Amino acid sequence: MVEELGITTEGDLQINVGPQHPATHGVLHLILTLNGETIKKVEPHLGYIHRSIEKMCESLTYRQFSYVTSRMDYLSSHINNNACALVVEKAMQIEVPERAKVIRVLVDELTRIASHELWWGAMAMDLGAFTPFFHAFRERESINDIMEETCGARLTMNYIVPGGLMQDIHPDFQKRVKHFIQLYKSKIDEYNEMVTGNIIFQNRMKGVGILSAEDAISYGVTGPAARGSGVSCDVRKMYPYEIYDKLDFNEVLETGCDSFARYMVRIREMNESVKIIEQLIDNIPEGDYQAKTKAVLKLPKGEFYQRVETARGELGVYIVSEGGTTPYRIKFRSPGFSNLSALDHMARGSKLGDLVAMMGTLDLVIPDIDR
Amino acid sequence: MQIEELKIKITALFPTVVFAEGTQWLTLNIEPTEWLPLAKQLRNEDALYFDFLSCLTCVDWKTHLTMVYHLDSTKYRHTIVVKVKLDAAKPEIETVSTIWKTAESHEREVYEMFGVNFLNHPDLRLMILPDGWEGKNPLRKDFEDPINMIRL
Repeated sequence: MVEELGITTEGDLQINVGPQHPATHGVLHLILTLNGETIKKVEPHLGYIHRSIEKMCESLTYRQFSYVTSRMDYLSSHINNNACALVVEKAMQIEVPERAKVIRVLVDELTRIASHELWWGAMAMDLGAFTPFFHAFRERESINDIMEETCGARLTMNYIVPGGLMQDIHPDFQKRVKHFIQLYKSKIDEYNEMVTGNIIFQNRMKGVGILSAEDAISYGVTGPAARGSGVSCDVRKMYPYEIYDKLDFNEVLETGCDSFARYMVRIREMNESVKIIEQLIDNIPEGDYQAKTKAVLKLPKGEFYQRVETARGELGVYIVSEGGTTPYRIKFRSPGFSNLSALDHMARGSKLGDLVAMMGTLDLVIPDIDR
Repeated sequence: MQIEELKIKITALFPTVVFAEGTQWLTLNIEPTEWLPLAKQLRNEDALYFDFLSCLTCVDWKTHLTMVYHLDSTKYRHTIVVKVKLDAAKPEIETVSTIWKTAESHEREVYEMFGVNFLNHPDLRLMILPDGWEGKNPLRKDFEDPINMIRL
């Protein structure tokens, strides 16, 4: 009888969080082993939104396969598409026009801001504050409007394609981005006033979910989650792609190793993204937005790997080609999957209520984990 | 340059490894039994210091399987790729989850998607597939599912 209720002989209790739980931001299923309120073990059960994107890609051509990647980490769909475009361009040695490269970086950074803004709103909501969510969505909405005008979509963009861009930017693009930058700068202080400096919020974040630098590396944690532990891992700096090596921006590092450090990394990273956009928005070179490519793309036989920095960390695209029009095998090294693997280690020994803060600052996007 | 230096250092430690030609990064081909001792050296040797396992996956070549490990060093910023050929009928390899902790969940994924048996793995269970899954491993080339079509 006791075992049926999930209580073991030592008095441990097993409970399920999710798959339908507001704090998991999607269909993540965690099985927790609790002793009183202390977490003894966290077991993630995945697969509720597994679409087998890797298998699907084996029958899609090199023009088609980047479309499904918008559905992986749907909050950084531009960056996912960019990774796919880069790996095909590297394999086929396509030279992308300068104009396309600059626009790619612009939309990538806008996506990063939009993603971090959604994270910020959802994070505050997880910890009990509902209002910040609406504030975050107000700014995020104006980015979505810019994307809608230029790409025709608000979430699954498919704007960056092998060879360049799907189409040129909308004539109003520069004007609206500048307007957004103004809006953002007037609001970021509001964010800090409302949440960052809030004592209740700080108490719930500081010292919660400790992840040391060694553990972050060993668990393969990347992105803002690792930089909160002082691990320098920004792909834009380490292995520059597009024109990131020519831009002036800093890699944001915090050494707190706790949830608050990870929170601060993302807040500061938005400012760095704004810095990049300001450098580029008035300097978009004239010219073609797409290189001339054949209608059917064929990759040479071999293996190709490209990594990019998404809003959540390092995304790797690994293609094994047999020389045909479709990949023989494709693997997406998604940042979310590796980041999730550290959750058990972080959560052990802490209280149940803190789990939400840890999951929030890992910034889990479930379709990115499941693929 | 970096590739040549790495090649010399690794050959000094393991004279038997075979290097592949014409790849983006230095690529090693080894036998399954050599993998665990090599992995330990790659991680612990001060001159190599591959502390970050960025990507762990498998490729089904129909006649055999190939495990592919992408290793990085956060200290020196160099990368290598290690490939291990496995028997398709009975794929078995030692786990490296004791060396790189992230391997634990990545190996579980490969276990259910390709059916590779990781020896001495602490917790080799299904993670993505539903409990009680019977049948073939979905990412193998001979997998066909007429009801839930994955191939378009």
